[in-house]
Amino acid sequence: MNKNNLFSLQTITINELGMHARPAAKIAEMAMEAKGEVQLSNGSSKVDASSIIDILTLCAVKGTRISIQVEFIEDQGIMEKIKAFFDTGFGELNNE
Amino acid sequence: MNKTGPAQVILRGISGSPGICIGKAYLVDREGVNLIKRYPVSEAMVPAEIDRFKNAVTKAKNDHAKAIEALDDDLGENLNILETHMVLFKDKMLYGKTLETIAQDRINAEWALRKVSRQVKIMFEQIDDNYLKARVNDIVQVSDKIMYYLVGAQDIQIKDINKRVIIVAHDLSPADTSQIKLEKIKGFVTDRGGKNSHTSIVAKSLKIPSVLGLGRATVSINNDDILIVDGSSGIIIVNPDEDTLFKYEERLERFEEYRADIERDSHLPAITRDGITLNLMANIELVEEVVSARDNGANGIGLFRTEFLYLNLKRFPTEDELLQKYKEVVEFMNPEPVTIRTLDINGDKVIPYIDSVEEVNPSLGLRAVRFCLENQDIFITQLKAILRAAAFGNIKLLIPMISSVEEIIRVKEVLNKAILELENQDKIFNKDIPLGIMIEVPSAVIMAEELASHVDFFSIGTNDLIQYSLAIDRSNRRVAHLYQALNPAVLKMIRMTCEAAWKKGIKVTMCGEMAGDPINIPVLVGFGLTNFSMNSASIPVVKKMIRNMDFKLAKKNAEKLSGFQTTEEITSFIQEEYKEILPYKETDE
Repeated sequence: MNKNNLFSLQTITINELGMHARPAAKIAEMAMEAKGEVQLSNGSSKVDASSIIDILTLCAVKGTRISIQVEFIEDQGIMEKIKAFFDTGFGELNNE
Repeated sequence: MNKTGPAQVILRGISGSPGICIGKAYLVDREGVNLIKRYPVSEAMVPAEIDRFKNAVTKAKNDHAKAIEALDDDLGENLNILETHMVLFKDKMLYGKTLETIAQDRINAEWALRKVSRQVKIMFEQIDDNYLKARVNDIVQVSDKIMYYLVGAQDIQIKDINKRVIIVAHDLSPADTSQIKLEKIKGFVTDRGGKNSHTSIVAKSLKIPSVLGLGRATVSINNDDILIVDGSSGIIIVNPDEDTLFKYEERLERFEEYRADIERDSHLPAITRDGITLNLMANIELVEEVVSARDNGANGIGLFRTEFLYLNLKRFPTEDELLQKYKEVVEFMNPEPVTIRTLDINGDKVIPYIDSVEEVNPSLGLRAVRFCLENQDIFITQLKAILRAAAFGNIKLLIPMISSVEEIIRVKEVLNKAILELENQDKIFNKDIPLGIMIEVPSAVIMAEELASHVDFFSIGTNDLIQYSLAIDRSNRRVAHLYQALNPAVLKMIRMTCEAAWKKGIKVTMCGEMAGDPINIPVLVGFGLTNFSMNSASIPVVKKMIRNMDFKLAKKNAEKLSGFQTTEEITSFIQEEYKEILPYKETDE
């Protein structure tokens, strides 16, 4: 199977602050448990989801569309967990 | 630059604190760590170098984990930041890349880490979003921590410097400056910072010459370069030629004579020629500064900034720890008064264990009394310590950043709670202490009369009042020159505040840096202000000015000021009117 055939899910950054250090750290932790690579992409650039630094450079402000990609089917659970984390506004929605 | 013989270079910045010093440059990095050395590592030694790096990361991480454990559980947000740092230690872009760089470039771990963190910095500088851009600080903090363990025992921190040197730094944080040992350091120069930045305020109290806002000093200066720091004119000369060196050695001598002359009279009362006695007090930040306050002839402490104890710990100080420090100051100064200002953080002073990073504009954010009212347990702890210290001497309580009547009403509620708690705990304390507020927000000036009926005194904090009134960030070197104490708008606000206070029969003190500059004194005295608090180093100069002044004449001259519309007119009027008694200033022009 070639690597281009990735599994992906679409999501969107909905919390007020957008992607910042704390959620980036959480995502990196989740991605590090994956068997293969986990990547986040905002359409123009693609970053390694297991690196906080890389995630932050995506500059995912509120409203940014993000695609989460994994290379192995086994990592689908992790991909869904990351999507759920995005969808709940990184748990910051009730503070707004 | 000429490589065969270093040529003399003059760099211009902002005068941080007056004075002249000549000495060798000593470059310090952020966090006071020595500049990093670079050396090659043979292929055979690469695995050992990699292990050394991994060990440093492990140690730094363990140390960090301990810091997290030491935190209370209720500091939730704070914990988040530290936990983020935990993950960053092993981040691919930092950890992985550094390991790669050691192996590929065959260089030492320090240099590899430096190279990688520089690349990350550059990446972040290109980000448009200001919040994300600022996250580079998290990465810098983590890499500095690793660096600390890499450099190991030879690591030099500012507090450990044991040569008489001139420090050259990009910036010095309040924590850095408070670690400077006066007897060890001749002076310092920084790339960043403006005339009224925190760094300069501390430098003035230490009486060492400094020049700030040089822009690229850390780039243009090398370790051991000979430097002349002329803090009075805000210039430094790198590798001076013989003539210049000679000229400055003479100038240094004259300056020291002048300073000695001023200090000789510092114990005489601050009394005008026509017999009006003024009250000059000292602003302090460190407990140790009380000695210099008294040596400089202060009649009390007009402003005790209390942030230092919080900045220097990894957690919030306890009531007993605070009490002990306050007690030292109060007992030392007794029977002279000590005005303790409650915590003013999150403006230019950020406490590392509180998460405040998400504020785009901290000086307009959750700072000072706003922070204290939101975090009442922290506030109550401090208030209780102050009330208990008041049993040992003469204390006044001062609340910073009040911007409305509601706030002072709420402060009083919290104060009553603190009193009640102390009563229930059977502690010895004194609740009969004057309560005052800082007037440093324009809305407080407008509402001064209403506010006056709730408190016992006002203290005009000019640093923030000028910053907020003129919308000038005093540490931004591009606009710092517009930060003018003698701006007619500022003078009007000071007048309004005084008139409101006197109408309601309460006292007014001025405790900003404005009170420490002799040129402002005739104006302030002319308005009728008689209580001033300033950096203790300024007291002798201001006292000399006052002893040569005439109170009635100052009043008459102050009346004339209302006819002037620009800062320039006011400044030149004062300079002309008082040219005989304004202190010595030596410039090249």
